[in-house]
Amino acid sequence: MLATGVLGAVEDPWIRWSWISGHVDVITAALVQHIQLTLIAVVLGLVIAVPLGLVAWRSRILRGPIFSLTGILYTIPSLALFSALVPFTGFTILTAEIGLVSYTLLILIRNIVVGLTSVPDDVREAARGMGYRPLAELVQIDLPLAIPAIVAGLRIATVTTIGLVTVTALIGEGGLGSLIYDGLLRDFKTPLVVGTALSVALAFVADLGLAGAQRLITPWSRARATI
Amino acid sequence: MNFANQVLQWFLDGAHWQGDGGIPHRTLEHVAMSGASMLAAAMIALPVGIAIGHFGKGGNLAINLSNIGRAIPSFALLVLAAQLFGIAAGSQVVGFGAVPAFVALVALAIPPMVTNSYIGMREVDADVREAARGMGMRERAVLLRVELPIALPLIMAGIRTSAVNVVATATLAALVAWGGLGRFIVDGFGLQDYPMLFAGAIMVAILSLIVEFSLAGAQRLATPAGLRPSKPIHKEEPLGTALDTAAVAA
Repeated sequence: MLATGVLGAVEDPWIRWSWISGHVDVITAALVQHIQLTLIAVVLGLVIAVPLGLVAWRSRILRGPIFSLTGILYTIPSLALFSALVPFTGFTILTAEIGLVSYTLLILIRNIVVGLTSVPDDVREAARGMGYRPLAELVQIDLPLAIPAIVAGLRIATVTTIGLVTVTALIGEGGLGSLIYDGLLRDFKTPLVVGTALSVALAFVADLGLAGAQRLITPWSRARATI
Repeated sequence: MNFANQVLQWFLDGAHWQGDGGIPHRTLEHVAMSGASMLAAAMIALPVGIAIGHFGKGGNLAINLSNIGRAIPSFALLVLAAQLFGIAAGSQVVGFGAVPAFVALVALAIPPMVTNSYIGMREVDADVREAARGMGMRERAVLLRVELPIALPLIMAGIRTSAVNVVATATLAALVAWGGLGRFIVDGFGLQDYPMLFAGAIMVAILSLIVEFSLAGAQRLATPAGLRPSKPIHKEEPLGTALDTAAVAA
């Protein structure tokens, strides 16, 4: 730390601690915005993905189109999607969220379908034999058994979204990405390093948190889906 | 004049098809940069992943690599590479960003290929391996004629994931003063030229979809006849690995 401070007199060091201590409010605001953008995207993504996942699971005819459409959305590079939206929705949080939600759909829907498909037929038979009606079977049998797969999808979607949020810095949002972008524009390493480190840390914390939550709500499955 | 018409006019303008800043040259740059990074990354990642899978050591590394890769924003990777491999970042001198862009794209492309080739090799049924040995195959033949063909679809899935990711991130490379199709988008932002911005976005999207679909086709062709599922169910995607999932778009 001392060494970088001394070097800093000569050239831009990787970390300038004085900048960090002077910009705690900026860094905190970026982190909070990053979490907000991620949460909105993942929650909205889940709200859209669950019904679509159920439809794709039940209907062989609609499964193809649902996967193709969300697959195409997923393939389009983020910068292209965000910038294609800008002429219509401007430099707004709406533009950012349309893009971010789009990217969660394929991952979430695929894992919902995989999870529901993997519920053993015997279990379903037994539920029916015990007098479960279709809705009760879905809510009390199928969905709980699909939770490990769904959470696995949720983890990937969340980590992916946390990375993609940084790109929204280019359309005026960005969370921690705005620090990275700032570092790029001013050729100043400290905000770049801080933004990157916090983004990676946030991804790990979110991933571990979701893995832990899954273990708590599905005590019967010991981390089947953690690879 | 409505917006669609403006975009169309932009495409029809002959000046946009000529010279170093023209559509053909930018497309070529984009494809060449993506291809070169993919080649370098594959030469590193595939032998490593296949070896780890074959010998069964270091599996945790192979699996965690792609998780770590996913956690590092590709945007951050590019900007970090620009700092490390020294350009005057932020300058608009096109061409000077080639080295950082290449390094970042190679780093980005390696993890999915290592993880998928590892899993592909591990998923080869132990009985099949035994049977091959029982038939008198030597180790080399077991590897080349049994394990690799069976693992090939997953290896291809890894290549596809990486390739789509690389093409997407090469777009962002325009931010670190490199060319490619991302130039139209970044300059479109800079000049507030929305038709150009939109045209760039369309071209990037089309290129990505071409890469995705042609590699998906190649993956299907690479699947040995005996392994093709009679019904297209998602068997090849173990949960949580997003194996077959196309790339995380930049």
